[in-house]
Order: sequence, then structure tokens, then C-alpha cells
Amino acid sequence: MKLLTHNMLTSHVKGVTKGYPLLIKATEVKVSEVEFNPNFVSRMIPKLEWSALVQAADGLGHLQDLPAELVTDYENNEDFLRKVHRVLLEVEVLEGCLQCPESGREFPISRGVPNMLLNEDEA
Amino acid sequence: MEPCSENVKAVRRSKEEKKLLRKQIKASHTLLKHEGISTVSQPTKSLVVANGGLGNGVSREQLQDVLGEVGEVETLVMPPHKPYALVTYRSEVSAQRGHALNGRQLQCGDQIVTLYLSYVNTVDSELWGCVDLPPGLVLVEEFVSPEEEALLLDAIDWTSHNEDVTVQKVLKHRRVKHFGYEFRYDNNNVDKDKPLPGGLPQVCVPVLERCVRDRHTEVMPDQLTVNQYQSGQGIPPHVDTHSAFEDIILSLSLGAKTVMDFRHPEGRSVALVLPGRSLLVMKGESRYLWTHGITPRKFDVVPACDPKSPAAVTSDLSNHSNLTLSRRGTRTSLTFRKVRRTPCDCGYPSACDSQQPTAPPSPPSLPRSQTDACRLEAEFVHRVYEEIACHFSSTRHSPWPRVCHFLSSLEPGSILADVGCGNGKYLGVNPDVIAVGCDRSSALVQICSERGFQVFVSDALNVPLRSDTCDACISIAVIHHLSTQKRRQAVVEELVRLLRPGGRALIYVWAVEQEYNKQKSKYLKETRQQGPTGDSTDHNNQESKSLTGNTTDAHNTAQDLSGIATDCTMVHHETESPAKLSVHTNRTAFNSQDLLVPWHLKGGGREGCNQGRGGDEQGVQGSKNTLDPPTEAQAPVPNTAPSPVFHRYYHVFHKGELEELCVRVRGVTIQRSYHDQGNWCVILEKTGY
Repeated sequence: MKLLTHNMLTSHVKGVTKGYPLLIKATEVKVSEVEFNPNFVSRMIPKLEWSALVQAADGLGHLQDLPAELVTDYENNEDFLRKVHRVLLEVEVLEGCLQCPESGREFPISRGVPNMLLNEDEA
Repeated sequence: MEPCSENVKAVRRSKEEKKLLRKQIKASHTLLKHEGISTVSQPTKSLVVANGGLGNGVSREQLQDVLGEVGEVETLVMPPHKPYALVTYRSEVSAQRGHALNGRQLQCGDQIVTLYLSYVNTVDSELWGCVDLPPGLVLVEEFVSPEEEALLLDAIDWTSHNEDVTVQKVLKHRRVKHFGYEFRYDNNNVDKDKPLPGGLPQVCVPVLERCVRDRHTEVMPDQLTVNQYQSGQGIPPHVDTHSAFEDIILSLSLGAKTVMDFRHPEGRSVALVLPGRSLLVMKGESRYLWTHGITPRKFDVVPACDPKSPAAVTSDLSNHSNLTLSRRGTRTSLTFRKVRRTPCDCGYPSACDSQQPTAPPSPPSLPRSQTDACRLEAEFVHRVYEEIACHFSSTRHSPWPRVCHFLSSLEPGSILADVGCGNGKYLGVNPDVIAVGCDRSSALVQICSERGFQVFVSDALNVPLRSDTCDACISIAVIHHLSTQKRRQAVVEELVRLLRPGGRALIYVWAVEQEYNKQKSKYLKETRQQGPTGDSTDHNNQESKSLTGNTTDAHNTAQDLSGIATDCTMVHHETESPAKLSVHTNRTAFNSQDLLVPWHLKGGGREGCNQGRGGDEQGVQGSKNTLDPPTEAQAPVPNTAPSPVFHRYYHVFHKGELEELCVRVRGVTIQRSYHDQGNWCVILEKTGY
């Protein structure tokens, strides 16, 4: 699970109103190089919940001085785009779990895949 | 009709004599009717002795004594399990005296047996036929010495008595002890990943090494079951579970001899004496097809042999007219088997549990409630995809052109959710979009992940993505796996929830109309006989993903009792009341909207996806000209065992039904709808603010 995916995921347990962002409890994290495409990253940034990304990156120790507030005029800031590229696409959680901030429900991550299935009584 | 009229000279018969005569006549009729033995009225040298048989508890010695009183007996034939014997005297005079034994009573155990004797023409022992041993069966007498026997018996520690049921158990008719692996009588199998500590007893090793040396087996067994039978105990007829053990089964008999009955499914049976210290080797047909068992009784019918040379007699009872009864003693058998690690592929599929089609446990009905629907989908969608994931994925490698067209039309940087992504074949079509996929099957999701796609496991009814975030969603061959109209609508609602206003969703479902505008779909056109025609024939209609769940309907009105019958657009209502689902015949027109579609599994199921086995290659090639693997009528692929069959639930959509479903969902408009290769398709746009 990359942080880009994490940024989109939310807890969907029945009754939960504030299930976002999911807390990452990682036991194995992999960083692998992915080809940098500044346009792609630029297009992604407005779709993100910036604060959730910063929180997740920080939790995994990959914050890389990213600011808490999204900078303006990032399209031409290659240094900034590279850092975003790294946290969004190169940092990957292989093992661990995602925890719902409200209910505490944990969703396991195994071999890089979060299992978000709910039990019958949770849906 | 008066075969015995002149047997008795006396004109005036006593009441007793009359009764006896009546019984004798009755007995000779019975012999004719049930055994084909015709009695004659003229004296001959041979007599049939009704009620003087092993089958009704008369021993050879006992009968011999009686018959020998009146003259010299040349032969005495006692067929096994029969209530009569056949005796031939040296002379006709002796036979006449023998005939006069009619009505003689014998004390056999608790009961008194009355003998009735009638003349017969010949006693042809060939009559009882010469039956061969079951193919593959070998009996090696005196395989172990008396010393070894004692050693082996000593090594089996029964001291823990009847109450102890840890590794040894007291069954109804015997007690047992397991080594290496515990044999479970609940499922007639072993827990292959739970070996017992200690393995096989050391004392068995020399015996087993001799088995290998003498070529009785090639592999060392790793499982031992010790059975101990007291007199009167036995084991029901059975075939050792194919999937549990390899071909060769070695059974060492210690202590008293017994008789084991072998039976062919067509009814032929062979009884075999297993002397103490003998080794029985069951292999091939005798292991896989014939049942074997020991009838619980205190006496066995065995060849009447010279006690000084027991090994000289053949053990096949059917060969024997020279039989007697033998009282059973305590017998201990050591059965050595090799635990099987791969499914059985023997040549006897009718008796093979590995080769049984996985038919629906019971034909399911259309669901009448949420709970029913969840259960149906869990069993006939989710579980099936999990089982067939690997093979399914190997047949899903070419994206459908019109889906690709939709994906290519998305703006660069768009967020795309593929809900029910299967093996992920659409996730990489447009590299300029941010694609995430989810599927109900973790096995399929794992395949996507290994291909480098961003995926998670989830149910289509409850997708854990933020609302209003996706620029596009696709749901290809998913919604037809939901078993009520409410649940199908709920999936559409969930897709719409994910879309941002202005975002678009593409939905494909399987159509009832496989022939549309006079064009047959590829699904109908395709047959196994056609050669590979390239990726384009990768079949639309069989494309399906599992993405529904044991979740509760988000719009849980709980009033959805009528299933598909609530679909107002349906022209032909198949059923108004829940009916059993029918099984679809692959590559034919549908005869019902709700059905089970068979999947013939190739390549061993969920294991082996990533192991680069030969089977994978075959699967990919095979998929080029078929989506659904061969039906029974078609020739099986060489070198493959008969394929297990799984059944997936489908609701196939009538023309207009998908649109009707979408119209009920708020905040969305239908941009387009079309028919594509046997599928109904819509493109929705989210309007709501």
C-alpha cells in the first residue's frame, strides 16, 4: 500500500462518522524507486488530503521536511514535487495494519494489501 | 413334482414322518429356486445336505462325523456362506444310508439344526467357480517370523486401556492406535500438517525395509494404524480415502488369522484368509476400487487344511470346496500407508474423492432475505472466486476494447476506482490516471498486487474510499453476481457515492440476450473446436469478478422478499416464487435469469499461481480459445486429471433492466447505454451537488 492509496482510504465501519485518516501501524515498510513524472505529481496534489499525507509520512519516518500546509506554486518547484513523489509513490507499507481513528477497528495489511472486509455486524 | 414319493416305503406314515417329508420337499424346492441345485428322486452317490452348511453354523468336522457314520465319504463340499453341503459317498449303498439321515438334528452352538438330505446327480466343485484375487492384491505368507511378531506386538502399548482416547481410540468393533499421523474417523482423512511426534515405531523399520527390498512398495510409509480385533469384532467394508493416502497400502496381520472380504462395486466378492504373520499388499484396483472389510463374527469359513502345512493352501476361499469353520482369536493388524500430498489422480474416478465434481451441496434457491442473499453469494460467488482465482486470472489477460476506450478518455491525473478489479487487467490501461482497484477475492487482489497495482480487499457494497473523490469508477462484470435487485442497486449507489460531481461510472453486466441485432456474442460462437484466434476472443461474457459481500445492504429495507421478481422491466418473469437455481450449460442461451454457471477448474486451484508451473502456461494458452474450460462433452485436455467443477451464481440482465436499475439511483444520469458482446453496459454521470 502506497501512501497515495492510503490517502484515499477511509474507515467504513457502520456508525463511524470520522473514519479518516486511517492510522498506519506498519511493521514492514519498503522504499523503492519509481520514475519521477513531475506532471503526474502536480496533477495529483490537488486531489490529496494534504494533512493526511503529512501525518502518514511523518508516522512512517519519511516526512522529508514536507510542510504541514500545502505550498502554492508547487508546479514549478521540482524539489518539492520530488519529495511528494517519494512519499506518495515510493514509500510502501508491506506489513502492519490500518486502524480506524474512531472505532479502533484494525484492518490488516499483508504482503502490501490492506484487507478492508467488514464482518456482517460492522457493515 | 413328486420327487420324493417313493423314498419312503411305509404306506402308513407317522405324523412326524409326514412333517419331515414335507420339510424335505420344501428344502429341495428352495435349493432349486435359490441355488439352482436340482434334486433327483433316483438314488445316486451324491446328496445335498440342506441346513448342513457353513452358512448356518455347521462345521465341517461336525458334519463329517455324522455323514461318516453311515459310510465312507469320498468328498464333502461346503461352499462358503451357504446353508447346505454336498456329500459324495464311495458307493450308492452308503449314499442311501446317508439319505436316511434325513431329519437328523445337530447341536450347533445354541441352536438345533435339522438336516434334510436329497439325491443330486453330480457334485461339480467347478460349479463354485474359480475367482481370481482382486487385481493388484498380493498376500505374502510368513512375512515376519514368530520372533518378529512377538516383538511387534510387544511394541504396541495398549496399557493405557479403554478410557484413554488420546492417540488410541476404542471404536465400536475394535481398538485402534495411530502413529505418524492420526487418522480421523470424522472425515476419514489425516491432518497432513499435523504429524504426531515420534513418527513410526522403530521396531517397524526392518519390516518396512524388507517391504521396499522385496519391491512390495517403493516409498517408505509414514503413517501406521494399528487395529486390534477381538473375536467377534470387525471393520466395515471401505476403500481407504484416495486423497489421504498414496497407492500402496501394506497390512501386516499378527496373531490370529481372519477372513477379509473384498468387494467390487459391481458386486463380485472375494473372501481371503489372512493368516497370522502375513503381509497383505493392496495396490491399484484392489486399493482404489474394491472395498475391504472384516465381518464381525466369531467363526470364519476357512479352507479345511492340513494343520501341518498351512501355507500350502491358497487363501482364496472361492477356490475351495474344502472348507470348514475356524474360531477367531485376537488379531492385530498393522496398516502402513503413505500420506498423499497431491490430489489423487487414479484411474478410478468413481471411487475417488479427489476427482468428485464439487457439485453444489444442495441446489440453492433464489434468496428470500438479506441473510439468504449473503449466504448464496458467499458460497456461490466469493468462495468460488477464491478457489478458482489462479485459473480464472490465467484466462483474463485482454481488456475489452470498449472498456479501454472509456479508460483512455479520462483526463490525465484522474482518480479511477475499479470496483471488482479481478486480476487487475484494467488498472494499467491508462498510465496517466491514478488507479486503485478492489475485489472481494483476496487471491485475485494478491495477483494484482504482485503486478504492481494499488489494490485492497473489499466488498462492492461497502467500498472504503472517501465519498466524492473519484473521477471515474468502473464495475465490469460484478453486479450480475449480486442475488437481489436491492443489492444490485446498492452497488450502483456505492459507485455513485465514490464519484465526484461530474464523475463518470462505467458498468458492465452479463446479458440474457447473447444474440443481439442478429449478432451472436462471442460467448455463443466460441467453441473448443476453434483454434486460438488471439486475445480478442478472451471472452467478455465469462468475465466476472467477485465483489459483493456478507455485508448488510446499505439500503436495508428488509422487504426484499421477491428477488428478481421486483424488476419491473422484466418482460418474462422466470419465477414469481423462489425457485431452485438451475445450472447453466456453458455456451448456450440462458433459460433463466438467475442461474449457476459452471467453472471447470484446471491447474490445481489457488495454489501455484506464482510457481511458474507448466500448468500455468497451459492455462494461458488454453484461454485463448476458451473462457469456460471444456464441458463434459468435450475431450479433456491431455495430461490433466478430470477438472473439479465450481458453480458461480449469476443474475443475467434483460434489455433495459440495467438502465432501470440505475434510474432508481439518485443524483445520477445515464449518459449512454449499449450492448457489447453479450453484455449490457451503461455510462453514468454524477449530477448531484
